[in-house]
Amino acid sequence: MSELLQFTFSGLTVGAIYALVALGFTLIFNTSQVVNFAQGEFVMLSGMTTVFAAAAGVPLPLAALVAILITVLFGILLYRLAVAPARDASPVTLIIITIGASIMMRGLAARIFDKNFHSFHSPFGDAPIKIGGAAILPQSLLILGGAGIIVFALWLFINRTLTGKSMLATAANPLAARLVGINTSRMIGLSFALSATIGAIGGILATPIALTNYAAGTFLALKGFVAAMLGGMGNPIGAAAGGLLLGLFEQFGAGYVSSQYKDAIAVVVLLLVLFTKPSGLFGKAGIERV
Amino acid sequence: MARRLFASRYSLVGGLALVIVLLGLFLPGNFYLRVAALVYINAIAVIGLNLLMGCAGQVSLGHAGFFAIGAYAVTLGPATLGLPVWLALPAGALVSGLVAFVVGRPILKLRGYYLAVATLGLGLLIWMFFNNQSELTGGPNGMQVPRLVLFGWRAASPSTWYWISGATLILGVWIALNLIDSPSGRAFRAIHDSEIASRVLGIDIARYKLLVFVLSAVYAAIAGSYFSLFDGFVTPDAAGFLRSIEFVVMAVLGGLGSILGSIVGAAFLVALPQALTVFHEYEEIVLGLIMIVFMIFLPGGIVPSLLSLWRWRTA
Repeated sequence: MSELLQFTFSGLTVGAIYALVALGFTLIFNTSQVVNFAQGEFVMLSGMTTVFAAAAGVPLPLAALVAILITVLFGILLYRLAVAPARDASPVTLIIITIGASIMMRGLAARIFDKNFHSFHSPFGDAPIKIGGAAILPQSLLILGGAGIIVFALWLFINRTLTGKSMLATAANPLAARLVGINTSRMIGLSFALSATIGAIGGILATPIALTNYAAGTFLALKGFVAAMLGGMGNPIGAAAGGLLLGLFEQFGAGYVSSQYKDAIAVVVLLLVLFTKPSGLFGKAGIERV
Repeated sequence: MARRLFASRYSLVGGLALVIVLLGLFLPGNFYLRVAALVYINAIAVIGLNLLMGCAGQVSLGHAGFFAIGAYAVTLGPATLGLPVWLALPAGALVSGLVAFVVGRPILKLRGYYLAVATLGLGLLIWMFFNNQSELTGGPNGMQVPRLVLFGWRAASPSTWYWISGATLILGVWIALNLIDSPSGRAFRAIHDSEIASRVLGIDIARYKLLVFVLSAVYAAIAGSYFSLFDGFVTPDAAGFLRSIEFVVMAVLGGLGSILGSIVGAAFLVALPQALTVFHEYEEIVLGLIMIVFMIFLPGGIVPSLLSLWRWRTA
């Protein structure tokens, strides 16, 4: 029983990080139809910036804030300099652009920081809390709480503010949105900035328990992409649920079946889900017009 | 007239053969022959992928898995089954094609990004197999690959592999070009444009998708076998996600649907890092930047964009 609880805790913690990456994917995909493979680099960049700023003597909250600002700047630059100039290109061309951006950001991180693994100490200590025979780190609770707050805040923003609704309109029908006077280009830029913010917060939350290095982004982008597709592309709630489920599958697989093949179990589950429900768990079936 | 010349497959294959022979005769030294052989080997895999992506419009983010099946076939075949290398190579292509055949039907029902993530998962599964079966494959440390011996003659030098891979590339291009111009090729393009419309026209879309998927898996496996035989060493990275992405980048950068583009894309991505070693620390930054700039200014890929520019100038 305590074992089950332990796997659930660790699964949810890992899953919350995946969920944040998947959420970032979904936001950008909805407004611009771009699958942003540089999403994982946002997480890496903010984690590395926080570590190095903190090591340079900047107080941790300030270091985290600087990290978020820098990551958001990168998100906006990614849109303005790389994605916006190729707006009319095919989806696969846009994917290559984001892969190029991802390689570039890796290179920049390796050059400006270094190639070693880094972490910083959680301000909430490393003493695990015992719940029902299972141990959970305070930082894990912070990750779960943080992810929950982000999802809720995003929901509020999209459904309760005019800007959020404009973004929703841009996602639903860009032409109609432009006709009612919405600056769609600005909304897409905003979605990149928001995705970068979410990724950045994820990076800061995750770094104390999961180490980060210049190449960590690729792996995260991969997991986030799988999570987003598991939930159903374009559905924010699906993305969050997909992330948590992926984390749980991995940890249960590692605990009960084989730690070597934990990723294989997650992949097999993904394939089975797609074979039975080709548009993800929460996705709508698409209609092809001829 | 000029356009006709370009469109003809004879002139394309002939031109390619001429370039390969000339380069083979005049490239100075083993380093350049080595890079050129790597370009050809990658191009073989990319042509297969381009048939799948560019012609039939089906994305695969897991093609390195098939590449690795070929790479390990020439290693494990001789080591565990006692097969001679020359027999292990077609056996690897066969196994790769079979895997594609078995998983192809359910996977190819998926569309767009769902297909992308399913193929990505398939590639990951193959990677995990080679990575975790340490007693068989040596795990992450990799394995020594035996040399190819044909009629008592040992193929090891870069120049030998230059000619082997060059000849295979010409054959691969010839088969691909013929396929594109055949009824099957037209069916692929119809599926690319609209699956529903092609089904209405009586095209068995599941069968044609499976056909091109299996074919592309065979191309990838042959390239993988050559790669590990040439290199003399194989690690699970042959099946890695990054390599799958590399193949896709080569296909898109060169131009989806363009066979010549596949070779240009492979040349670009293999030769560029070699050239960028002068920049050393800035290699990744420059590589990423070049990818972005090329895709912004030549969104259809290098070859199709330049061709249409040239036609527009001469029209």
